[in-house]
Formats: sequence, structure tokens, C-alpha cells
Amino acid sequence: MSRRVAVCATAQIKNEPDIWYQRFQGMLFDCFESIVSQTGVTFDMEKGIRNVVTCSDDVFDARTISDNGLTDVVGAHFRGEEKTAQDGINGIGYAMASILSGHDDIILLIGHCKESQPESRHMCTNLAFDPFYCRPLGLDFLNASAFQARAYMEKSGITEEHLARVVVRSRQMAAKNPYARKNKMVTEQEVMKSPMLSDPIRELHAYPLTDWAAGMLLCCEERAHEFTDNPVFVTGFGSCMDSYFLGDRDLTDNFALKKAASRAYQMAGVQNPKDAFDMVELNDSYAYQLPMWAEGAGLVEEGEGRRWIENGGMEANHVNTSGGMLNGNPVMLGGLARALEAVHQLRGEAGDRQVEGAKKALAHGTTGPAGQHHAVLILEK
Amino acid sequence: MQKAVDSADAYVIEGKLALPYSYFAGRVGSTFITALRDSKQILGVRCDKCNKVFVPPRQTCERCMADLRENWVQLENTGEVVNFTVVRYSDKHLPRKTPYILAMIKLDGADTPLVHILDEVKIEDIKPGMRVEAVFSEKTTSTILDIDHFKPIA
Repeated sequence: MSRRVAVCATAQIKNEPDIWYQRFQGMLFDCFESIVSQTGVTFDMEKGIRNVVTCSDDVFDARTISDNGLTDVVGAHFRGEEKTAQDGINGIGYAMASILSGHDDIILLIGHCKESQPESRHMCTNLAFDPFYCRPLGLDFLNASAFQARAYMEKSGITEEHLARVVVRSRQMAAKNPYARKNKMVTEQEVMKSPMLSDPIRELHAYPLTDWAAGMLLCCEERAHEFTDNPVFVTGFGSCMDSYFLGDRDLTDNFALKKAASRAYQMAGVQNPKDAFDMVELNDSYAYQLPMWAEGAGLVEEGEGRRWIENGGMEANHVNTSGGMLNGNPVMLGGLARALEAVHQLRGEAGDRQVEGAKKALAHGTTGPAGQHHAVLILEK
Repeated sequence: MQKAVDSADAYVIEGKLALPYSYFAGRVGSTFITALRDSKQILGVRCDKCNKVFVPPRQTCERCMADLRENWVQLENTGEVVNFTVVRYSDKHLPRKTPYILAMIKLDGADTPLVHILDEVKIEDIKPGMRVEAVFSEKTTSTILDIDHFKPIA
């Protein structure tokens, strides 16, 4: 790769259960103002931001072309604006492509989701399914994941005890993250006794309902110095979409994640993912996904997710220092949250949870039911 | 960037997004739905090249791009449970009072399991490999719910 793309700044509000008192426009504007004040970036059509990539979802915002409700507050008028309706981490891949192609030097990426506003987030994700074969059955992202959870637990030997460890650790890590949703500390016993939502997924195995907004300024390497003294570089990105029908997929084979990871690893020159990264952020909307994605990304051998948890692999690989999606990020932004944490770590700005000397990180995002789509991002100092 | 919560002059407007909509089922979908409704037949499509029978049907094999639209296969109304979940939370998009069971059912003659409702069974009695059969609805909705549910074969 002849050019590199730099992350020059990030901004986010705190993940909260119910930001009823602020419009999503206001949430985005807080992020926008932070990025402008951190970097001094302008909207000059020669030297400033000429293109904005936004991330939002029509159904969660209950309006179509959801981006047209927010372009004014993110500086997107009178210039290019493009929306991604997948996890915001794909917006980083898109920004990378725009910059590496030479089409733009600078991209502002910004996204939001308020899960608190619809009567039910599961009613929203039910609408992700077709109207004939799946939607009438009540399929949504939670019960679709339950099929995957059962199949993976059976195949891997992961038990309730392993899942409880994942949840307890997520909350402990999140307590050190000032932007993380503030959740009650829980014990393994409490996790194992929490109400069953959709067998085998229990209430505490599922990410809690969350509102959030976040942004990022990306720029070509040559001009990064104009905006920051502490850039982080995007060195790899890959994504892959699996089949739509759950029955068409092998729900445990991590097909799409393996493809996404191999493309990102090839681009970044990663030979052996087991020891390539100083820290890793995996998009675990449900507890079973953390070891499953760790296998799919090649951090551990296939089938070793159980032993990885037992042998302290989550700690050794510095996985989800942010607390992970499991502690609470809204759908659409789980992967973007993973990328922001990786940037914090590589910039040495992760406070009490800093991984000393972190130079290379992996961030991962998913879109759709039971990880239908995966994106893998490699970031380097 | 953390601000104190300011809820002065903060008013919430209750709204609703509702849109009656006519979905075209597609030619393949139309054949599937009408066979289910009129003949109580569950149809799949075979990809000869991949040697695989898919249900729900589709026009094109996503693996080899073969045109499958004339390759109809009549499946049995029986099959086996390969996976299941008990939906225990209540929500308006759910077709049944909870708890109800969603299962992945591999129909006899098909290679890809179909998601559907499993009923007339105690939760503790469900086992992978359990043989089940379709129970058809009395009233049509022109959707997959023309099969009301699957039940264990006695």
C-alpha cells in the first residue's frame, strides 16, 4: 500500500441507557464540536472536509433516509455526504477507500443510534427479516443469536460458567472506561441465575439497551500532521457477508469472520494473528460471541475458545479493555466503539485500562442476525 | 466530553411509524406461497451442480449462480429438529404468547433447515433429532404461517 490512512481524532459521548433529554442531532453535535476543536479541521472545499460519512439506521430513527435529519449538524451541507446503514466500523473501511483512491484527503465519520426510543429494539431488528419466510415467525437479532449460541456451546463445550466469566469481566473492564455504560457489577452466580430471554441466552448474556454517538476524523498520511501529533494508522480492513437464511449457514463455522479477517491480515501483512496484536476489540453483543469470534479471527485455534477463557486468554490477549459491546453499545455502532477503543489504546490515552506500549490492534464489528456480516480492522501506531 | 444532564424544557412527543405495504413475493416466492396455501405442499429448489435442496426457495444458487427457478422439489411435511430456542420475552412482533419455541427443522428432502414454530411439546422433551410434522393453518395469511407450527410425530 503506497499511502496510509491516519485516524487523527475521535470523539464520543458516554454510553447511556436512555438519553431521552437530547435529540440524536445534539448527541452528534457534541461529537462534531469535539473533533473540530481537537483538530482545527475546516470545511474549506480545497483543504478541509469535502466528504462526510454518517452511520445511522432508518428503523431505529423511525424515519427513512435517516441521515437527512442530521447532515446540518455534522457539517455535511454543500459537500459530499454518504451514509452507511451497517455497523459504523464499515464507515472506516469506506473512508479508507475514499482516501486511498485519492478521491478525498479527509473524511469525517460520525454515527448514532438511540435504542431507547423505539418501543422495543427487537421489534426493530424483526424488520431486518423478509416479510414472507422469517418476519412472521418473530425472528429478531436476539432469538436468531440464540440458535447460534446453542450450536456454538454444543460444539465448543462452552458452559454457563464460561459465559459468566465473560460477563463479569466485561463489567469490570468497563468500570475503568469513562465512556462505558454504567452498569451494576455482577457475580458469576448472578449471571447464571439471571432470567432466560431466549434459551440459552440469559438477560445478563445480552448487551443492555444503549444510546450513543461517536465520530472520527480520518486523513491521508501526508496531511495527518495538520490535525494531530499522535496519529494512528489504518493498515488493514476486510469485510464479508454470509448467507441470509439462518438455515443456509453453518452457524458455528465463522465463515464470514474468517474471510473478513484474512483480507484484513493480507492487507496489513499479519502472518500469525495469535501474537500479532497488543490488544483486540471483538464485537460481542452476546457473551457466547467473545470466544466464538476469537476463534474466527484466529486469535486461538478453532475449538479452543473454551480453553482460551479457562487459561486467561481474554487477559493475555488484552481483549475488550473497553468492556466490549456486552457492556452496552447500541446496534450499528458496536464495531465503531471497538475501533475507538483501539485508537485510545494506541494513542496511549486509555487511562487506567491502558495496555502499555500498545502498537498494533485489531477491532471487529458485526452487522445483521447472528454475525451475518463481519468487518475486521487493523490499526497501528 | 461528559455533560451534566439538563432536562429543562425537555418534552417527548409520542409517535408511531406505521406503513401498510404490499410486498410482491417474487415469482419463486409466489409459487412457494400458493403451493403452501392451496395444496399444503412445501416446495424447495434443487441445485444440481451443488447437489443441494434449499428451502426457502430462491431463484439463483448463491454458490454457483445456477438458475434454480424451474428446479422445484416437493419436500415432505416431516423432518427433524436440529436446533431450537424458547422465546421467553414478550414483544409485539412475536406471533405467539410467550414462552413459545422457535426451531430449525430439517425437512425430509431438504438440505437447509427451515426456521419455524414448534408446539404441542414440553420444553424439557425437545431433543435435537426429534421427528416433527407440519400442522397447517385453518386460515391463510399467504406467509410461512400457512404452516401454523410443527409438532412431534406421535
